[in-house]
Amino acid sequence: MSRIFFITHDGESHEAALADGQSLMHIATRNGVPGIDGDCGGVCACGTCHVIVDSAWTHAIQAINSEEAQMLSMTPERQANSRLACQIKVSSAMDGFTVHLPEFQM
Amino acid sequence: MKAIDQIIQKAQATIPIDLQIRGAHLYQKVKRAALPSARSPVFIERKIPDVADVALADIDVSNPFLFRQGQWQSYFQRLRDEAPVHYQPHSVFGPFWSVTRYEDILAVDKDHERFSAEPFIVLGDAPEGLSVEMFIAMDPPKHDIQRQAVQGVVAPKNLKEMEGLIRQRVQDVLDHLPVDQPFDWVERVSVELTARMLATLLDFPYELRHKLVYWSDLAAASPETTGGSADMDETFVAVADMARHFTALWHDKAARSAAGEAPGYDLITLLQMSESTQDLVERPMEFLGNLALLIVGGNDTTRNSMTGGVLALNRYPDQFAKLKADPKLIPNMVSEIIRWQTPLAYMRRVAKHDTMLNGQFIRKGDKVVMWYVSGNRDERQFEHANDFIIDRENARNHMSFGFGVHRCMGNRLAELQLRILWEELLTRFDDIRVLSEPEIVQSNFVRGYTKMMVQLTRKQAT
Repeated sequence: MSRIFFITHDGESHEAALADGQSLMHIATRNGVPGIDGDCGGVCACGTCHVIVDSAWTHAIQAINSEEAQMLSMTPERQANSRLACQIKVSSAMDGFTVHLPEFQM
Repeated sequence: MKAIDQIIQKAQATIPIDLQIRGAHLYQKVKRAALPSARSPVFIERKIPDVADVALADIDVSNPFLFRQGQWQSYFQRLRDEAPVHYQPHSVFGPFWSVTRYEDILAVDKDHERFSAEPFIVLGDAPEGLSVEMFIAMDPPKHDIQRQAVQGVVAPKNLKEMEGLIRQRVQDVLDHLPVDQPFDWVERVSVELTARMLATLLDFPYELRHKLVYWSDLAAASPETTGGSADMDETFVAVADMARHFTALWHDKAARSAAGEAPGYDLITLLQMSESTQDLVERPMEFLGNLALLIVGGNDTTRNSMTGGVLALNRYPDQFAKLKADPKLIPNMVSEIIRWQTPLAYMRRVAKHDTMLNGQFIRKGDKVVMWYVSGNRDERQFEHANDFIIDRENARNHMSFGFGVHRCMGNRLAELQLRILWEELLTRFDDIRVLSEPEIVQSNFVRGYTKMMVQLTRKQAT
């Protein structure tokens, strides 16, 4: 089974089964990963599914667009690899994909 | 910039703000005396007919008594079902579109390229001389810069520092409440707690904290903007007083920092430390606007959710029983309270160019009102949307915080305050019984309560 890893701010690892074609936010909320809210339901409008993509994996995902960058600019916890999980579409080639969670969601 | 604008800016920067407000007040007095059309609208409460007896085209949800008379649910339901993007050409506030379905509201809220938040986010326009500027009513990029300067004050990291203090204050207020006798929940709990919170965020003199509530109430209640009952003269006097206090606070802070005092985490200090806002006091309308925004944002909203939660649990006693059996439901209940109450009913936008929205042609310049209070009761999004269900699965999807770049900056503070309130209430009291129907604010914007009599029963030691 292909898997995805979410590392919390405290270093705790949560894994979830990879579901081809789904958004990372949906995978996280469906698997009860703590620290990802997804209040707007996945349309890049609330900023509460902020993740920091592990530097080994930044090449594997689509580039950020201006709408997503603007939402992310509103969180004081933004880092260089910050993304919104709802804007990351997971593919079967991403077995082992790893993201880190910020201490707080905005 | 035009020469005249430069002169105005220069004048604004050099004449004390409170004198400017007084000048504008005098001008308004003269104008209103001379021109009947310049007078504030006066709203007289009449019984609102059942929505079934009104032609679709005549529905006017800007009526400031719609919430008080409990007619809003049926009115918005009809709009959602029959005219989800509805035009009302003859309101007191001018023509406006109502957007009432969840999906459509989300689409408008996200799209600041098509729908501008400028110049103002309530239905009517501000009276001349009080057209303060606030970032909630600015588009990017100016919005983003100003918001970034202040959002740290309510960012979760700062809140973590404040959680202990908030809890102490909640405990103090609850420990002094009368038990087994009637009292007004709004005054003793909701207003008191939000006033203390605002004073903390602003580092405002604690003993003067009720001034913040008073200013905020007036700012949100002018007849021309929200259909409220505030008196224009009283409002001008209050705004001048607010300007004087905040300016003094600003200069006091600056002097203390210059003398080497360690910076605090309060709002004024944050503004002074950010490059884009360190000279904000020299742009008085922006300075006043942004402070007014933060006190209104932190006042009416959380206060009325504090009252609304008690009311909701009284209307749905099975949910109260469920909560007492499982206090771990508090965080989800907090979201459900904020959905059920929707303390601010809408935000207004203006179309930036001709556009289509759910089949309706909207012209450049038209006012477009996103009725969050309706989206939060949209059956297309929430099952049994009118019911209060504390373990509702998608309660967090509520629209009360808005979506997109203007999403409520204080969302986590609001959730924190409400969570702590309910944690502390459940450890102390077995029942909070609402004794009579609450009194409801006259407004088309604030879904608020002015009075709600309750009686507490102390929890028996187990």
